Amino acid sequence: MIPAAFEYLVPTTLDEALSALSTHTDAKILAGGHSLIPAMKLRLASPKYLIDISRISDLNYVRESGGQILIGAGTTHYQIESSTLLKEKCPLLTETAPYIGDVQVRNRGTLGGSLAHADPAADWPAAILAVGAEINVRSSRGERTLKAEDFFVDMMTTALQPNEILTEIRIPIPPQRTGSAYEKVKQPASGFALVGVAVQITLDTNRTCQRVQVGITGLAPKPFRAIGVENMLKGKVINDQLLAQAAEKAADGVDPLSDIHASAEYRSHLARVHTKRALQRAVSRI
Amino acid sequence: MATKLIGERIKRKEDPRLITGTASYVDDIKLPNVHHVAFLRSIYGHAKINKIDVSEARKLPGVVAVLTHDDIKGVLKPMPCVGGVPDMHTPEHYPLSGGKVRFVGEAIAAVVANDRYVARDALDLINVDYEPLPVVVDMEKALEKGAPLLYEEYGENRGFTWKISGGDIDKAFQEADRVVKLRLVNQRVAPIPLETRAVLAQYQDRGVEGELTVWTSTQIPHGIRTSIAGMLNLPEHRVRVIAPEVGGGFGCKVDFYGEEVLIPYLAMKLKVPVKWVEGRRENIQATDHGRDQINYIEAAVKNDGTVVGLRVKVLADMGAYYQLLSPVIPTLTGLMMCGPYKISNVSMEVLGVFTNKMATDAYRGAGRPEATYLLERTMDAIAAELNLDPVEVRMKNFIQPNEFPYKTATGLVYDSGNYQAALQKALDHVGYTKLREEQKKLREQGQYVGIGISSYVEICAFGPSAATATGGWESATVRIEPTGKVTVLTGSSPHGQGQETTFAQIVADGLGLTMEDITVQHGDTAVVQYGIGTFGSRATAVGGTAVYLALQKVKEKATKFAAHMLKVDSKGLVFRDGKIFPENNPEKSVTLTEVALAAYLAKDLPPDTEPGLVATAFYEPKNFTFPFGTHIAVVDIDPETGQIKFRRYVAVDDCGNIINMLTVHGQVHGGIAQGLGQALYEEVVYDENGQLLTGSFMDYCIPKAHHLPKFELDYTVTPTNVNPLGVKGVGEAGTIGSTPAVVNAVIDALAHLGVRNIDMPLKPEKIWKTIKEHAPKKGPIIVA
Ligand SMILES: Cc1cc2nc3c(=O)[nH]c(=O)nc-3n(C[C@H](O)[C@H](O)[C@H](O)COP(=O)(O)OP(=O)(O)OC[C@H]3O[C@@H](n4cnc5c(N)ncnc54)[C@H](O)[C@@H]3O)c2cc1C
Repeated sequence: MIPAAFEYLVPTTLDEALSALSTHTDAKILAGGHSLIPAMKLRLASPKYLIDISRISDLNYVRESGGQILIGAGTTHYQIESSTLLKEKCPLLTETAPYIGDVQVRNRGTLGGSLAHADPAADWPAAILAVGAEINVRSSRGERTLKAEDFFVDMMTTALQPNEILTEIRIPIPPQRTGSAYEKVKQPASGFALVGVAVQITLDTNRTCQRVQVGITGLAPKPFRAIGVENMLKGKVINDQLLAQAAEKAADGVDPLSDIHASAEYRSHLARVHTKRALQRAVSRI
Repeated sequence: MATKLIGERIKRKEDPRLITGTASYVDDIKLPNVHHVAFLRSIYGHAKINKIDVSEARKLPGVVAVLTHDDIKGVLKPMPCVGGVPDMHTPEHYPLSGGKVRFVGEAIAAVVANDRYVARDALDLINVDYEPLPVVVDMEKALEKGAPLLYEEYGENRGFTWKISGGDIDKAFQEADRVVKLRLVNQRVAPIPLETRAVLAQYQDRGVEGELTVWTSTQIPHGIRTSIAGMLNLPEHRVRVIAPEVGGGFGCKVDFYGEEVLIPYLAMKLKVPVKWVEGRRENIQATDHGRDQINYIEAAVKNDGTVVGLRVKVLADMGAYYQLLSPVIPTLTGLMMCGPYKISNVSMEVLGVFTNKMATDAYRGAGRPEATYLLERTMDAIAAELNLDPVEVRMKNFIQPNEFPYKTATGLVYDSGNYQAALQKALDHVGYTKLREEQKKLREQGQYVGIGISSYVEICAFGPSAATATGGWESATVRIEPTGKVTVLTGSSPHGQGQETTFAQIVADGLGLTMEDITVQHGDTAVVQYGIGTFGSRATAVGGTAVYLALQKVKEKATKFAAHMLKVDSKGLVFRDGKIFPENNPEKSVTLTEVALAAYLAKDLPPDTEPGLVATAFYEPKNFTFPFGTHIAVVDIDPETGQIKFRRYVAVDDCGNIINMLTVHGQVHGGIAQGLGQALYEEVVYDENGQLLTGSFMDYCIPKAHHLPKFELDYTVTPTNVNPLGVKGVGEAGTIGSTPAVVNAVIDALAHLGVRNIDMPLKPEKIWKTIKEHAPKKGPIIVA
């Protein structure tokens, strides 16, 4: 419960943060601290330097620009939960946020921190995959933009390089006749997801599926898009039976996690059931 | 006329300081130049320690000492166990183990440094050469031939065998129409007080007469003082133990831990104050665990549901060592095996078993939740077997209200009870008949609804000294100060129960004063006369009675003074609204303040009367008390996922007379939360290598508010005649009653599939699997 010693740096601009990150080896970005500090207390992480980016106001915003919603990496879970812009234009995010931890956690934890941490049971990754987001990252040498699917590499591992900071999440504003839903089964001790399923689906007036994205967290070492489910729905006229059939593919091709809280078999089952329920709810909202 | 305070809903005097964060726990006590201790704990479940190299740790700036077993060998005695049973193997264990370790979390080295962080850093510099040994964590495997032995010298992992019986068990089974059998696992859980353990010690070397002061988070400060004095060869009068605010204990702090000797020892040796505050991981590893029994049950029954005999074999996991009371805990399961039922023929055999795990000891209920669990699960199994309503089986077997005092087959004498009334009240409250009809309809629609009943009786108010490990009495002093304000000193050192409020109510009522006029002090052995402590739901029934008796004594004396001052006969004087006066002549009065002042100024003493207004009482109870009640849980199960949702939770408890309805509610709420936690969520899990897999709150689930149903609470009141207050105790009732109610509800929801048992915790996955296994036999199935 007592972390090892570290130096604490508090840049106020992104450039300062990037330069601090490139100068110090063995440095870690500190955002809300709600994943990093617990890890340090258990000495699972012992960085020599902490670069606190929470004072960089340029990383904290939710705004609309050119058909996209842009969210600064330092935006807290609570700011997302209470954003009227998101509630109107991308309700999947405002629906997902309250499932994260408790009020204290949501007041400090950030979207960027959650994505960069890439806990296989975190909630945001499912939603971020389902809304088809892009992720902007920067280093002192430049910037690059990644698709959400390419950002998550493995358990607790992302495409971020050690000298890079995640700066922005960009979300295409979904078209008319889009419905979305998030379903979560909580691991009772931690409150993280045993399985979380986020769905965003667009139907035309004939109820033909134009677009569908299904993001699943908790089931596998990394969050993933359930392509098998999506492929069964795309271009088809939607009915309950089809949704149920498609949901059966939710766990296909993944290597499910297994621990004392749930076996691989049960997790896969939950993924199928809750994919079905999330699809049904998303469609009912169109 | 002054309002009576006893029986009222009075807000707790303790709460403002707790809510505003101004209470002082051990860690809040700051002493100059305090040094901090960090413990190195075994990372293996079973290993030989070939060598511990602490040289690098000693070199870290700030570190003043690093101790291992070699440093305390011959200096400190082995830790005591006072809750022994006959013919048991008693392994020695020390505050720091050497040679061999037997569970993950066992302390093997202690670092003392001038800073908490340095102490922790130094742990990483200690090198331990472990030689891992084969591990056994499963009790049934531990008893098999060829199992790895924790103690080669015993040649077995059995620590003891303890038996109890009454009536003629063999005859009962011969006469039975049927035998209902069950194997139940009462899993290992962790008490998890919000305040972990913590010890601070200071030795003031005043030339010849040094004084040791120890602050520790305990339920038994006086016992700790006697023990420390004994362990460190110190005169007891120069040891002062203080239990300041204690943030929960749940039984795990009715213990005497190695750290409670070692920290004082270090403070004396190093001549600086020394502090240790347990981390949460340490707390889950190295603070007592509870429960951990396997019960093999055989009930001899008649076709009408009458239970004529009950035979139970119990495996009780002791862990790697005994703590203070470990062996005696499962014996309470045996004593209480008749429950609220007239079962005339019983036998129980308890095998205490060593495994590579932390010790088990008292945890809220301590042995009685296990008894109630096995009985109430058995009652439901009997009902299922005979196709009877679970209510009918219980009503058929209950002791009748006119049979009290009732002597059980295990030799206890139940003081008073009306089990039928509590069950009936709970049934009425929940609307049982209608619920059963609804359940039937919903089942036809494929919905799984379950109703679970648990009727319990428990043994508490521990207890007559002859029947308890240490003394079973309690002490109290009531001191009326010269200004008429009152200080009460209680030996029942609380850790969340609210004695400062309830005892003040008793005294305020007796003296005709207000709550503000009374202060209750506790927990400091330099302030309070020797006392026993708070556990076993004894605080009010035993500690409160001691207060009541001291109150009577001091009243008698105050009455003498008042009569002398008023020049009236002392008979018929009453205490009301701060005054003392003849009942039939209220005009002729003297205030308690005037009486107190007169008693201390002592200018005009009544004949044969000493100055002062103080009285102390030591109350020795003549029997235990036996609270009871019925809890009913109603649940919905999602057939697709096995997830459980509560519909209702009704509890009707009977703890005798009620001093304060709010504190009683509080105890029942917390109790149900913990019992429900065991039913659904909690389990200390070690893997087969002895690694603790539930070492933090990320993996060990204590129930949070959102896990809990709305509690619908009600009471019946059946006073006891064991004590003058008529109170029984309610600290553990909720935990005892709730666990089987929840499990019975879940099993009942699946009963139509032929499901008889699922072991706790009832995780959705287990339920889902059970449903799947039973699915082929679709439709209602009655299993014979
Ligand atoms: C009690 C509790 C309950 C929780 N429950 C949940 C839950 O139910 N669901 C859930 O999803 N999460 C949960 N969390 C985690 C929480 O959401 C964290 O806030 C989140 O995972 C991390 O965000 P943060 O801002 O706190 O990041 P930090 O802890 O500050 O950082 C996490 C990691 O990301 C890196 N990092 C942070 N920001 C950036 C950036 N901009 N660029 C590059 N790297 C960066 C850090 O270096 C670190 O490695 C819980 C946490 C707690 C303490």
